[in-house]
Order: sequence, then structure tokens, then C-alpha cells
Amino acid sequence: MGTPAEALQESDRRRAGGAAPGAVELTLRIRRFNPEVSQDSWWDEFTVMADPLERLVEVLHQVKWYHDGTLSFRRSCAHGICGSDAMLINGRNALACKVLVDDVGSKVTIEPIRGLAVLKDLIVDMEPFLDGYKAVLPFLINDSGEPDRERLQTAEERARFDDTTKCILCAACTTSCPIFWGDEGYIGPAAIVNAHRFIFDSRDEAGRERLKILSEKTGVFRCRTTFNCTEACPRGIQVTKAIQEVKRSILFDRF
Amino acid sequence: MATTHTYDALVIGAGGAGMRAAIELSDQVRTAVISKLYPTRSHTGAAQGGVCAALGNTEEDSPEWHAFDTVKGGDYLVDQPAAQLMTEEAIDAIYQLERWGLPFNRTPEGRIDQRRFGGHTANHGERPVRRACYAADRTGHMILQTLYQQCVKRDVRFFNEFYCLDLLRAVDGAVAGVVAYELATGELHVFRAKSVVFATGGYGRMFSVTSNAHALTGDGPALVWRRGVPLEDMEMFQFHPTGLAKLGVLLSEAARGEGGVVLNADGERFMERYAPTIKDLAPRDMVSRAIYQEIKEGRGGGPNGDWAFLDIRHLDPKVIEEKLPDITEFARVYLKVEPTKEPVPIQPTAHYAMGGIPTNTDGRVVDGADETPIPGLYAAGECACVSVHGANRLGTNSLLDLVVFGRRAGVDAGRHAKDSALPDVPERPTEQTLSSLNAILERTQGDRAADIRTELQASMFDLAFVVRSEESLSKMEEIIGGLQERFARVAITDKGALYNTDLMETVELGYLLDCAHALVVSARARTESRGGHYRDDHPLRDDASWLKHTLAYRNDDGSIRLDFKPVKMGPYVPMERKY
Repeated sequence: MGTPAEALQESDRRRAGGAAPGAVELTLRIRRFNPEVSQDSWWDEFTVMADPLERLVEVLHQVKWYHDGTLSFRRSCAHGICGSDAMLINGRNALACKVLVDDVGSKVTIEPIRGLAVLKDLIVDMEPFLDGYKAVLPFLINDSGEPDRERLQTAEERARFDDTTKCILCAACTTSCPIFWGDEGYIGPAAIVNAHRFIFDSRDEAGRERLKILSEKTGVFRCRTTFNCTEACPRGIQVTKAIQEVKRSILFDRF
Repeated sequence: MATTHTYDALVIGAGGAGMRAAIELSDQVRTAVISKLYPTRSHTGAAQGGVCAALGNTEEDSPEWHAFDTVKGGDYLVDQPAAQLMTEEAIDAIYQLERWGLPFNRTPEGRIDQRRFGGHTANHGERPVRRACYAADRTGHMILQTLYQQCVKRDVRFFNEFYCLDLLRAVDGAVAGVVAYELATGELHVFRAKSVVFATGGYGRMFSVTSNAHALTGDGPALVWRRGVPLEDMEMFQFHPTGLAKLGVLLSEAARGEGGVVLNADGERFMERYAPTIKDLAPRDMVSRAIYQEIKEGRGGGPNGDWAFLDIRHLDPKVIEEKLPDITEFARVYLKVEPTKEPVPIQPTAHYAMGGIPTNTDGRVVDGADETPIPGLYAAGECACVSVHGANRLGTNSLLDLVVFGRRAGVDAGRHAKDSALPDVPERPTEQTLSSLNAILERTQGDRAADIRTELQASMFDLAFVVRSEESLSKMEEIIGGLQERFARVAITDKGALYNTDLMETVELGYLLDCAHALVVSARARTESRGGHYRDDHPLRDDASWLKHTLAYRNDDGSIRLDFKPVKMGPYVPMERKY
């Protein structure tokens, strides 16, 4: 029976690429870009040994730490809540910390998310994405005076917008949307999700203002209901449904 | 030449404490927030279970009971006036978050719902009390989002993906600004200001099993330490009992607050033996030690006999779905375990730094036993030590700490900035930063940062975790010495200017080594067991000798000098900690 420390050292050996029982061979094909090196992107391949339950983001660390220190990507929490490491993994948007080696087989292709300018390797320019978010007035607006205690809200009213409060702004939805790729004007699913979160909050008073913003030509009616966004969301938010609810509110002036 | 910016006040770090401070500051003075992460990537967002305040929405409660629990939970190393202040201000702090739109779960009457949490009791330990306000099991996420929303509303100026690398102090010791590295370009920037609030979070990444994000590398504490500021109670680190086995990803105490229990490999609910009154809702230090005891006595599970299990199978599926959805998903995704059908393998995980940069209750950083404030320097949140958590933080009190003391630090830093003139920065303010970065960049051969980091993490887990001793800590101190020598020869492969995360990870490793050094030396000196600091060669608390805070100073040669200061007492007389 090993001590906790021995078990962990074993795990560290696996991370370091040493042959460990149960480790499998994984080949990563990664789209690289570094304007200090070339104006064109290129592909690199790395083959490593990894535990089947290892997270892909930790396999990327293994590559960065032991094979090529120039490989650049964003990450922080490594368990799907900070939203840093959205990537195109085998052609689908996902968080690299929520995909396990076991989920991808022996080969995996990793590319930056689409529709935002690539700055280096898997790092993209998040500013246009955040501009879309900021455009929908993503904060509670209520000018009816503040109660001494909390504002009251029933559990049912709270449930009405529960789903869209889960958003972590990882951009997986927005950068999976073909309309967003093709048309820089479209505000994108994540911004609409965050507008939905306030439009359907019983405490908020600026729903009409947000609906007006989203009814403009860059708004919800660009959506062609391809459901890519819903499939891409690592938080399981029903993104397309939220967009449809916003569309209906605009059409029927009802929310 | 570095670009120079001038503001009245700076906030370093954009998690809960930093953004709460920034909201206060930006209403008063010209403010900038410097953050190595985009604000919503901060680790406040990973907090799950709740934030406590004695609202009394579901049963009788009082701030005084909350203060008592905080002091007792902290094993009497808590500064009692600070705990009283925090628990009194808790109520308004929660209402403020709600008015800013935080989607708390609700009672049938539409008020903020509250649930049980470890160590929070009614009437001084009689029974568990419902005190934790929560938004499912993503309370930290909702606090982070809500504070960011308020910053967007106020158009707070953020410098995102800027790493603070040095604290600038004027000739008289007052704060004059910081040096920061822009990740996108590799350029250095000088930020001049009258007030600087550090809110950089913890340093759990010095351990191999941790709930902490990769970014939590002790940047703030290490930076100010190198500029002469002491670090307080660094030996006091919290090991949370329910991390996902092997990974350390946190499974909230809320699982036990809702009725979950911890089992050993025999399927026994062993906390009944260790804490007969509140059982699985005992404070975290006690539950983690109990798990170690069960493992030591051969009742651990898993392939190596070093796991315990969290059992929520008996909970109503509706409760799991509405109140614990995220942690249920963690077990499914990362261990491929179905929590509604089988117990989830767990092990203690490095979770929270009770120690840090010493401050008073206005967030002002204070030096020495006489607590002399350093003009213009502030700290709040996990990187600070007020001290409201003492030797062991109660669950939910971290989120409370950052909204209460983030606000207070912001208010006072704004006042200071309005009342004082802009200090001169030292000549050649970026010189030291530049030369240390260039030394790493120019070295073509040397030690690999990943090797040093891996050895630090594995040995800290082995020697300075839940159970410590003179033997383990002296060995660890020796290891750190060797790692620091190797770090002086560290080399990296990315020599570029753009998004050089290779370089920044290496700088962060230097911070971790400093924080680990301070932790180990402080822990070695404290020859008693208190809260999260357990020594099997000194298993009892020793109030006669050790009812005092540790202050670790860094000498110029890199060695450490320890000093101590008294705990601020109040109404609660230290007694044996039974639950």
C-alpha cells in the first residue's frame, strides 16, 4: 500500500511522460502561429504518454513543459469554471480542461477558436467578444429605490433565468457560430445569453432597452438556429433556446 | 523605455477582493486595475458553497454567534475585533450583492435562502445553523460575475493580462507604484499611484494536490516580501477534506451542508467518532485530520488505500440538481463516477492560505508587532491576513472576507489617495525587474522550471501538508534551499516578446518558492498544533507559548527572520475545541 505522497509521485511521473501503468500514447496535432516567427500558421505534432483520465489541458502542459516551451495557451482553474481554455478540439469547441485523454482516442487535433484574430498559437483576441458582451448592458438596472433588506424574488422568478447565469464568458458558443465567423457585426450568442440573464430577471427594469439593442441588425435576428452554440457550451446552457426566447420577446413585446 | 502611467490608486488582481475594492475606488479617485487574468477568470469564480451572514432568514441567528464560530473555528488565532466587525458587516455586504443583482437561491417567502455549513452553529456550538447564502453551488461564480458587471457599469479601467512584477516604494517607504509586464507585447510599464491595493489571491500551487488554479502562485505576498514587508501566519494553510481523489478539484462542503456524509473504506461514517455533535459539519482542519487518521489506521480506500469517500446517494435528486449541480458534474467528468449511485473518492486538497500580507481592518498593510501602517499600501482577500481566519478558516468566510475587506480597503485607499501627494518613484524603476527577466531570457542552458516546480509540489505535499513534524519540515527547508539554487540557473525555451507564458510561469515559480520558504520556516518554528497546522511531534495547542501571530521577514541574503505579535483578544476565552 503506497502513501499518498508515493501515489502522487507516481502521478507526477506520468505527467512527466515516463512510462506508467495504464498510460496511453497520444499524438497531438496543434495549429501554431507566432508572428515573431512567421506570418503563416503551421502544424506541429507531439507524441506523449498520458493517463487516460488526464485532462487535455494538462497534456498541453506536458508538451509545453517538456517538449516546446514556446507553445502558448490560456488556462487557469483547470476544472471548467474560469473559461480560459476554450479551443477547437477535433473540430468542436470545448474547454481543454473538460476533455480527457480517454475522450479523444490516440490522436487529437487542437486549433484556436474561430472568428477572433489569432495572436499566438491558441491565444485569440478576446476584446471584440467582450465588446459584444458590454453592449447589452450586462448589469442589473433598477431605479425604483433600494429596500433596506434584499429585494424579494420567488423561486419561480429566480428559476426563469437560472440557466443563463451559468455563463463563464469562455466564448465557445460565439466562436462556434457560422454567422459570427462570417459577419463581424453579429453580437453573438454569449452576449445574448448575458442579455437574457437580465431581461428575464424580475428585479431588472431595463429589459426593453436591451431588447432594442438586440433587435438591431447586429442582434438576435442574425441567428439561423444552427444549434452549434448549444452543443459547444461547456456549462450546458440551452443557448439557442435563450436566443429564441429573446427573439420572441422582441416580436411579441413580452418578457 | 517603459511606458509610464499615472493614477491615484491601483488595484493588483481582479478577483472578488480586487473588484470590490475597485468599485469603491473608482467612485472616488482615478483608478486602474492591473490583472494577469481577464477578471472573470479569477479564482473567486471557483468558490462553490456559499457566503455566510446572520440574516436569520430561515431560523434564528446572530452576528455574535457567527463571530464566536469564526474565532473558535480559527482555533483562537483570530483577531477577535476583526471577526466581530466582519460578521456584523456581513449582513449589509450580502444585501449589497443582492441589490447588484446576485441571483441567490430563494426561500418560499422570496428571501435569500440559507443552508448549513461546516463549523457554523447556533448559540455557541449547540447545533448547526443555516447561515450560508448561496447561488446553487456556484456562489463564487455569481459573486465574480456580479462584481465584474458592476465594474463594467462604472467603466472601471482594467489592464488585463498585465503581470505586476515589482512594488515601487519612495525613499521614505511610502508606496509609489508598481512595475508591470504586458503579456501581449513583453513591454514593461511603470504605474505611478498614491495607493496600491494588492488582491492577488492565494498560493496553493506550491502543493501537488490543490483546488487552486494554476494562476495562484502567491505573486502579491512574494512581491511585497521582497520589498521588506513581513508575511503573517504563513504556516496556517487549509487542507480541504473533500478534493476529488488525485486531482484535488474541490467538492463543496455544501454537499455535507445538504446532508452528504464522509465514509471510510469500511463504509463507516467516521466523523461521528471525531465530532459527535456536528459530525460531518466539523471544521475542515478536523475532517482532513480525521481522514488522515483513518488512512493511517488502514481504513482508507482506493488502489493505494489513501482515499475516503463523499456519499450523497441518499439526497433527494431534486436537491442535487438544484443545489449541487456543478460538483456532481465534476465527479462525472473527471472520475467517471456517478454520485447518485456511488460514493465519490476524495482526499484532502490544499485549498486556502489563512496567512499572508498583514493588514488592519481598513486593509492597510501593517509592519511589525506595533502594526505601523505602510503609507499607501493595502491588501485584501486571500493574499491578506487581517486576521479573521486565524489558524483555520470556516467555509464561506473567504467570500465574506473579500466583500467586507475588499470594500474597506477600497474606501480607505481612496481616502488616502485624496489626502496625499504623488510620491516620486525611485530612479530607474524598472532596472531590477528588467535585469531579472533578462537573466532568464539570456540563459541558454540550465534547469527546467517544470522540474523545479514538480519537485516543490510533490515534496510540499509529502512533508508540509496535513501532518508535519520537525523532521519533515527541516527536510523540506533543505529541499527548498536546493530548489532556490537551481532556480537561480533556470532557463526557458521561449525567448520571444509576445505572449511569453514560458517566462511568466517561471517568474511565478519564483514567487511560489518564496511563499513555500516562508511557510516552512514559520511552520518549523511553531512547535504546537493549531487549526490547519498539525505537528505530530507537538500534537497539542500551546496557548502559553503560541497564542501569537508569526511574522516572517526576508533578509537581504535570502534567509528568514521571524518576529511575533500578540493575537487581539476579545470576549472569547480560548477553550478546548470540541464539536
